[in-house]
Amino acid sequence: MKTIVIIGATSALAQSIAKIHAAEQHRLLLVGRNEPRLDLIAQDLSVRGAKQCEVYCLDLADTDKHGPLWEHVYQKFPKPDIVYIAHGVLPDQQVCQGSYQQTLASLQVNALSVISLLTELANRMETDKHGQIVVISSVAGDRGRKSNYVYGTAKATISTFLQGLRNRLYDSNVSVTTVKPGFIDTPMTADFEKGALWATPDQVASDIVKGVGKNRNVIYTPPIWFFIMAIIKAIPELLFKRLSL
Amino acid sequence: MASQFSSWGRYPQLEQRGIYLNWADEGLPENGESLLPFGMGRSYGDSCLNTDGLVLATSHMNRFLSFDETNGILKCEAGVTLAEIIDLALPRGWFPPVTPGTKYVTLGGAIANDVHGKNHHKDGTFGHHVSRFELLQSSGERIICSEQDNAELFYATIGGLGLTGLITWAEIRLKPVESAFMDVETIRFDNLQAFKTLSDESSSSHLYTVAWVDCQATGEKMGRGLFMRANHATDPANSKDKFEPASAKKLNVPFVFPQGVLNTFTIKNFNRLYYGKQLQHFSKSRDHYDKYFYPLDAITNWNRIYGPRGFFQYQFLVPHEDYAAIEEALGIIAKSGAGSFLAVLKEFGDIPSVGMLSFPRPGVCLALDFPNQGESTLALLQQLDDLVVAAKGAVYPAKDARMAPEAFAAYFPRAGEFSKYVDPRFSSNFWRRVQGNSQ
Repeated sequence: MKTIVIIGATSALAQSIAKIHAAEQHRLLLVGRNEPRLDLIAQDLSVRGAKQCEVYCLDLADTDKHGPLWEHVYQKFPKPDIVYIAHGVLPDQQVCQGSYQQTLASLQVNALSVISLLTELANRMETDKHGQIVVISSVAGDRGRKSNYVYGTAKATISTFLQGLRNRLYDSNVSVTTVKPGFIDTPMTADFEKGALWATPDQVASDIVKGVGKNRNVIYTPPIWFFIMAIIKAIPELLFKRLSL
Repeated sequence: MASQFSSWGRYPQLEQRGIYLNWADEGLPENGESLLPFGMGRSYGDSCLNTDGLVLATSHMNRFLSFDETNGILKCEAGVTLAEIIDLALPRGWFPPVTPGTKYVTLGGAIANDVHGKNHHKDGTFGHHVSRFELLQSSGERIICSEQDNAELFYATIGGLGLTGLITWAEIRLKPVESAFMDVETIRFDNLQAFKTLSDESSSSHLYTVAWVDCQATGEKMGRGLFMRANHATDPANSKDKFEPASAKKLNVPFVFPQGVLNTFTIKNFNRLYYGKQLQHFSKSRDHYDKYFYPLDAITNWNRIYGPRGFFQYQFLVPHEDYAAIEEALGIIAKSGAGSFLAVLKEFGDIPSVGMLSFPRPGVCLALDFPNQGESTLALLQQLDDLVVAAKGAVYPAKDARMAPEAFAAYFPRAGEFSKYVDPRFSSNFWRRVQGNSQ
């Protein structure tokens, strides 16, 4: 039995990940902003088989609250086995282009709050010499595009941060997994036209949990995105800047 | 581009707008548009469409809320499917109390259509196993309905086609089982009289009974078919695998077949082969529940084989004593040459349905598929409607895309009483049509 912490637990992807671990009868601690919804998810996970399911409520954008969060987590689950960080927002690119404040707010949630959480978590796991860190980044961070580069900037930031962290924690037996999903059909993307490349949260979650089981460093999910991004990254900038992507 | 919200028969094909509900606490959209809950889109016709307004897709509201494993009482959100319920409950020794021919229906949809299964003669309809649910109405009110509380609204909502409001969660009583397997007997019969005899003699010995009828056969062969009766296996040979889960491997129909692939020739031969697949008069097998209850679920999107114009399903019942009407219907179908792929015959029991608009009632029930060939198919179905009205029978709304208001009124005598419980903001294409309000 493992102890698993999920930060941003009300997101559709996090719920799907939690369902898999609940069926494996692990112990879970869910962290998010909306307490009634966290309670609802905890009920679901308990029915599905979770040995124990706790919730902790806070606004993750408020980095001052991260210290008390880890205090609580480590008090409940000393030496957690897996910590997922899955919270985030999809900012409106057009609005961000017109407003530095909006850009900053989205970077605050998608990048800085993640870095704040990771800073303390990494130190604790390094001391314990135990644990696995899994962060939901995005293929959007692999190359800046005009349609969503503010979101992509945040994801590139955490992907790079995680590369360094993986390197640093290698000697401490702590593994760091960067997850780069493609398009997922979730409430966050409700307004998008859906095509053949869209995956369900359950499909993506299954890829993630399998990859985490193998201590993978980077998980592209669905796997086709590894090839798509390889091509996109290979396009020379001279040409790329003229494209509409 | 085809709408992501379409009905299973792919007819009528209309552009349907909709939104996904993710949380029961979100409430309903407040823009004043007409609303209709939408589960898995397994209703065949237009009872799950609402092109005057929005559909409220519930499939993301699929959380389990509590499970009393001692008594088999399961409470979950309305978007949970029977497939998910089986995956969760079967390893703990429980099974849906009533199941239709697909497990890809939501709990809300099963209640709203008061679905039935092969155990109707023993266990009644799905509604008999619902202890309570929460109904969210457009006024914002959340009403807990049960036999004790708000009983009228409870009986209006069971079989109420989603028109009384949105079911957010429901609590049902599951059936205890000892394995994932079924002991199945298949018996060949030559005519409807023989079917009736088999039905009668199996009704107490077997929990599940159903028959397939060769509706291409004429003359002396008319009414021939295969009778299938089953019970849950109670002595699983290998106790380790007794709750073996369903295989995740599915075939898929990845695109819509060209028009006309299913024609009289292919259907006739399919029927001949199906009847002939069983050479001996009687056979016995032990089958996994997935194969027994959900053979068509093994082929994802099987509805696409009917081509771009879609198909009609016609499911009707007539009173027990009126086998003549079934015979007449088979005669009309064979003569029309329209051909049904699979014709399913089932003797319903006498347990009265609880819903005001529930379809099942004492009688014998026949379900047929017809590829949509335009006017000729509609004329055939009208002819069948005339027959069913005269026989004082009924047609199943969940399968319907074309019945006239007069036929609906004849089939559902409690429709007037029901309409008092319809939420003023809820409607469907089916409802407007049978009320005589469609354009």
